Amino acid sequence: MGRLFDFMLPENKSPLTADSTDGLFHFINEVSLILLLGITIALIYFAIKYKRKSEDDETPVIYHNHALEITWSVVPLLICLVIFGWGYSGWLNLKAVPNDAYEIHVTGFKWNWAVNYENGAQTLNELHVPKGKPVKVVLQSRDVLHSFFIPDYRVKHDVVPGRYTYVWFQAEETGESQIFCTEYCGTSHSDMLAKVIVHEPEEFETWLELNGGGPSGTPVEQGEALVNLQGCQTCHSLDGSAKIGPSFKGIWGRSEQMTDGSTITVDENYIRESILYPGEKIVAGYQNVMTPYEGRISDDEITNIIEYLKTLK
Amino acid sequence: MAEVETKKMTTLQVQRFIPSENPTNTYLTDEKGVWAWMTTVDHKKIGLMYLASVAFFFALAGFLALALRTELWTPAKTFIEADTYNQLFTLHGAMMVFFVLVPSIPAALGNFIMPMQLGAKDVAFPRLNLASFYIYVIGAIFTFISLYMNGFDTGWTFYTPYSSDANSAGVIWVTLGVFILGFSSILTGTNFITTIHKLRAPGITWGRLPLNVWALYATSIIQVLATPVLAITILLLSFENILDIGIFDPALGGDPVLYQHFFWFYSHPAVYIMIVPGFGIISEVISTFSKKTVFGYWAIALSSLAIAFIGFLVWGHHMFTSGQSAVATTVFSFLTFLVGIPTGIKILNWVATLYKGSIEMKTPMIYVFIFLFLFSIGGFTGIMLGALSVDIHLHDTYYVVAHFHYVMMGGTLIALLAGLHYWWPKMTGKMYNETLGKISAVLIFIGFNMTFLPQFVMGAQGMPRRYYNYIDQFQPFHQTSTIGSYILGVAFLIILYYLVKSLFGGEKAPSNPWNSRGLEWQSTSPPDFHNFDHTPVVINHPYDYHKPMEEFQLGIAVSHNGHGEHQDEAVSEETKKA
Amino acid sequence: MANHSASQPAHVQHHFVDSDQQFDSAKLGMWVFLVNEILFFGGLFCAYIIFRVWYPDLFSQAALELNKVWGGINTIVLIGSSLTVAMAIRSAQRNEIKGLRINLMITILLACVFLVIKYFEYEHKLHLGIAPGSFWNPTPEVLAVLDHPKANIFFSIYYVMTGIHGLHVIVGIGLMIWLYIRAGKGHFNSEYYTPVEITGLYWHLVDLIWIFLFPLLYLIE
Repeated sequence: MGRLFDFMLPENKSPLTADSTDGLFHFINEVSLILLLGITIALIYFAIKYKRKSEDDETPVIYHNHALEITWSVVPLLICLVIFGWGYSGWLNLKAVPNDAYEIHVTGFKWNWAVNYENGAQTLNELHVPKGKPVKVVLQSRDVLHSFFIPDYRVKHDVVPGRYTYVWFQAEETGESQIFCTEYCGTSHSDMLAKVIVHEPEEFETWLELNGGGPSGTPVEQGEALVNLQGCQTCHSLDGSAKIGPSFKGIWGRSEQMTDGSTITVDENYIRESILYPGEKIVAGYQNVMTPYEGRISDDEITNIIEYLKTLK
Repeated sequence: MAEVETKKMTTLQVQRFIPSENPTNTYLTDEKGVWAWMTTVDHKKIGLMYLASVAFFFALAGFLALALRTELWTPAKTFIEADTYNQLFTLHGAMMVFFVLVPSIPAALGNFIMPMQLGAKDVAFPRLNLASFYIYVIGAIFTFISLYMNGFDTGWTFYTPYSSDANSAGVIWVTLGVFILGFSSILTGTNFITTIHKLRAPGITWGRLPLNVWALYATSIIQVLATPVLAITILLLSFENILDIGIFDPALGGDPVLYQHFFWFYSHPAVYIMIVPGFGIISEVISTFSKKTVFGYWAIALSSLAIAFIGFLVWGHHMFTSGQSAVATTVFSFLTFLVGIPTGIKILNWVATLYKGSIEMKTPMIYVFIFLFLFSIGGFTGIMLGALSVDIHLHDTYYVVAHFHYVMMGGTLIALLAGLHYWWPKMTGKMYNETLGKISAVLIFIGFNMTFLPQFVMGAQGMPRRYYNYIDQFQPFHQTSTIGSYILGVAFLIILYYLVKSLFGGEKAPSNPWNSRGLEWQSTSPPDFHNFDHTPVVINHPYDYHKPMEEFQLGIAVSHNGHGEHQDEAVSEETKKA
Repeated sequence: MANHSASQPAHVQHHFVDSDQQFDSAKLGMWVFLVNEILFFGGLFCAYIIFRVWYPDLFSQAALELNKVWGGINTIVLIGSSLTVAMAIRSAQRNEIKGLRINLMITILLACVFLVIKYFEYEHKLHLGIAPGSFWNPTPEVLAVLDHPKANIFFSIYYVMTGIHGLHVIVGIGLMIWLYIRAGKGHFNSEYYTPVEITGLYWHLVDLIWIFLFPLLYLIE
């Protein structure tokens, strides 16, 4: 369309919001620009025209002017009412999810987005969606507040522990879009990024079937898949470098100094405890920041992870 | 000598008091030594102590801002770690809000000027005033202790459950600090309300109150009504950390969104605690430097009160994406637009005041012009953020960051600078360097816009706030912003330089360098310990520039027993030459 | 204090014109402070209302754990102390310094009685494991009556509200001891009793808040 403030917004990939968000954004900007120019020109003009000539300048006594005052109260009020109605109706669209929307569950946790699909497929930090179909993203948090934001679709909602929230959108073209976390959630808040990946509907079905049912294969393979899906590498490196938590490289059988001064050799029980109740024993030099996995992971899964960790020499 | 008749037909014998140009006995010479300053109950000295503290915290928090901007020069790590960055932005926000913006105008300039504008000798409760200052200091000490206890990285909003999670020692100390600080604010508000009601000089009716006093009155009301709610919220948050009471913690059965409601019930009115006193300064300065009656006195005075009251009903607009109920969201959005109207009216009234004035562009007036421009942008972008569908996109992005810097820095801080320059001769008895004043004002204007305009763009593009790393496409905006912040830093250093210099070698200030009609200018520069050596009597509107100066210099030689009774009567404007 | 006219009594501070202005200011200041106190507790009442709307059955169940008899006695004790503080002000107005001191002393004693009863109530509850938030660890007998997942939140609210109220009672006792000592030194008379008057205002508010707390916490069915 070529509006004056087009440069401010990212490309809009959601026709739903083209008018209600972008159109209103442009409208407010343009009205504001006109008013701002008016005020600025008046200021500069008055400053030059009525520049003080001498200390004895006489000025007229103008206490008020009803016509003028009513005008500049009522006109902005009317503009504001238009803006309110426009924004309100647009917001209702964002709240009203179509009945046939395709549901995907997204769980925010420090500092990743875990995505679960209807058939048990799981991804980490990748939200695969079909083109041309409304998608409802049901949001939940495992620890603190997060906020799920896709600039390209103009949607955002806080992810609140202890309750479900949602956003919905409909992608009309294939491609990728950025997802941000916009509610501060700690050290790696700014790395809590993900991508929306839009597929052609048939392609999406194929992808979904290929990934259905969760990890499979040998225990080590399943363990590796779990470590990737749970986003463990956000804090635990595989190459020996220290990140927010100790590295996984060579962790099996390693002796670690704890914050309370004791020394522990990493074995099955220590790994199990550190997954379920990470706050119990902290390796010296690190903070207690990990979210406990108690109730979120099965014993078999822990065993698989342990088998995988053993291979990281 | 002249006679002034009151409505009750009691007659006051008034005479003209021309302030001495070479005062020998001023509040600065009255008591000397560090101990005398620390135990003073003089509102002027307490005001200056606040001013010094506010300046100190502003320098500190401003320095942190420069460190943050430097870190954001590159998309990944530039020179500090993520955890340090998170602590620094939290500290920058918390200090600027609680230690700089909230006390800046009321407790520093307001304390000094407001009793003088009322013709009072002091605030109603001088000892309480000193106590407020020390409570502020204790609150600050708690914050520093929290830095020692591993600090805090929650953002200045202390959202639960993040703030009630691990690393709580620092959070406990800083929340207790903010709790204590709240009492400083509450007591100042209580003091000001009482002073404005009870300590007005004869003839100062509600219709003759300077607009600065109206603004401080509205501010005080908000302080008294909103701050206790912050206090209880913050106290509950401390209990949450110390005792795990769980009211806000979902893991224990509580509700984190409830915390946000509580927090913003204070913190949105707090925005008006910060900005409304700025409105007062703008009205004073714009009238003086255009030598003209303020256009729409009552509109400006009452819109401050309107903003104060509607301001209590809009807190939910900080929570459009939080999961609050749909009805609440709708109502809060609607009311948000209503609060925009009185603000807009003020701006237009100020512009109209300039019409046919006699405008002199001294430094304070330049700041007023900068204020009107920047604050308008802050207001318009506020309307943008009040619009529901657009806010969903812009919430918690740099657009919001830019918006509140335009309001808080472009508004409050610029107004503070206007007031500081305007009243500097009165407070110190010295003139500052006008040329350097103008240069730094222009530099601030350039630096400010360069810092924050790009943030609107990148925010709308999707750049979230509180990000240590960012995706590459935002780098040019961040770099422009960083350069702008350095320009701002330089401008503030210039201001510091010439103000300090004026203290030691500045030209001596006359009692009324700007030829203002304001009552505070009808005393010596700097004023006497009792502000005036007589009891002032007021017969005119504070901005009646068409009336001769001598009508603004009337008073009674000794304090008399009718002082308290005369406040609410209009003293007749007719004076008879005796 | 150069501007003092010789006729002003010693208690009038330099920045006031006369005794009346000082008295009016002190009283207005106290009223403003009380408004702030009401909002302070208002926040807590809000939390109370919100949780009660969410979990109405929790509140009626949990209230059974609170002892209505002792709560009722405490209400009477506080109302009595409000009466004696009013009588103290009246004594001061009539220049009866002895009566002022006696009434203040009775008020202090009643406030102490209130705190002692409150202490035993707390003691008993903590003994049963009825503690706030994560310290919630009730005995089986309590669980038999009150098996609600959010019971800990009710008691968090209970302890915070009554605890902060108790803190106000303690501050009130301190203020009244201070008044008692000053009255003994002859600082007050019928011309000047401002501190007695405004402390009285404060004390009535503390009483009033309890009158709200008692039915809201103890008497819900």
